[in-house]
Amino acid sequence: MKPERKQRLLVVVFIVVVTGLVVGLLSYALRENINLFYTPSQVAAGEAPTHQQIRVGGMVVADSFERASDSLDSTFLVSDGSATLLIRYSGILPDLFAEDEAAVATGSLGADGVFVAQQVLAKHDEEYTPPEVADAMQQAIDKKAATEAAQQVESKALNTPEATY
Amino acid sequence: MWQWFHKLGSPRWFYQISGKFLPWLALASMVLIVTGVVWGLAFAPEDARQGNSFRIIYIHVPASFLALAGYYVMAAAGAVGMIWKMKLADMVMVAAAPLGAALTFIALFTGAVWGKPTWGTYWIWDARITSMLVLLFLYIGIIALSRSFSTRETSTRACAILALVGTVNIPIIYKSVDWWYTLHQPATIKLTGAPSMHPDMFKPLLVMILGFYCFYALVLLLNTRTEILLREGRATWVKELAQPK
Repeated sequence: MKPERKQRLLVVVFIVVVTGLVVGLLSYALRENINLFYTPSQVAAGEAPTHQQIRVGGMVVADSFERASDSLDSTFLVSDGSATLLIRYSGILPDLFAEDEAAVATGSLGADGVFVAQQVLAKHDEEYTPPEVADAMQQAIDKKAATEAAQQVESKALNTPEATY
Repeated sequence: MWQWFHKLGSPRWFYQISGKFLPWLALASMVLIVTGVVWGLAFAPEDARQGNSFRIIYIHVPASFLALAGYYVMAAAGAVGMIWKMKLADMVMVAAAPLGAALTFIALFTGAVWGKPTWGTYWIWDARITSMLVLLFLYIGIIALSRSFSTRETSTRACAILALVGTVNIPIIYKSVDWWYTLHQPATIKLTGAPSMHPDMFKPLLVMILGFYCFYALVLLLNTRTEILLREGRATWVKELAQPK
């Protein structure tokens, strides 16, 4: 390679590496601000500001969704596996909002620890399945849960004092 | 071994060779895209949760793929043009910018249309969508730069530098959904491992991606050929070409 070409190649490599480093360091420094939402664990640990507009996100806990019979007021719990947060929302929810699915809520955290949301968005995952396949998978899960529950009842029965006596 | 590389540097040789590829690329992209669209929109099963609205994936994902891959084509051409002072590479770089901008716009637009019924909003400033918007601005910046200097050499150099600086954004777009919490879901098609999509839904998507690749190559060649004719207007072979027979 001719020397002047080599030098220009070095310039190209230099540009790419330096911008890569600069942007890498910047996004590392700003990593908390780039996150779209706080997790319930972060809220529980006091990392999220109160009385200020923020977003929180997590999985909507099964059987936690409650809607008032005479208004659009609703409450539900979101969880990230280790902590849960109660969210209060008044309005229409997106079609894909469901229990056991992820959601992101915009609003503010009150002093009582309840999150009052002005907007709730549904976050869907990257999996796509035809309805029949999804039904079959759900049935398999239900069946497994049913057998496990039956086994638990059996073992419980064995562990009861009457049974051991 | 380097002969083809030096030949590539000749716009005239490239113009003649690329002309032979055009009909084949046009045929391949038309067959693949028509097959993919009909298969994806009419025959692929609907999604269990999203219903039919998920079908926009057959446009959204291929357009996003080529918007990202196209940036690498543009930046690589810029680098080759800068290092070897190859005129043809500069032309490819300039030709790739409007095409990439159009694909990025399609990706953002179809994403917004898809976002409303699924997420509940057209737009959100999460890392994936914001970095994709930055990509659109980079493409637009290169189009603007390529037209804003009186000397071609200066504008080519400026474009190449901006294209190289912008390459850092591509891995950010790609990994944004893994590095940060975003509303956008992680990638369905993974480099390693099976796609998290039923095969009946994935096959038409693959056809569409291949079709978009062919279409990208076709339009890039056409744009580059136009650029060649514009810049080499004084060469005898172009004048002969323009001569009515």
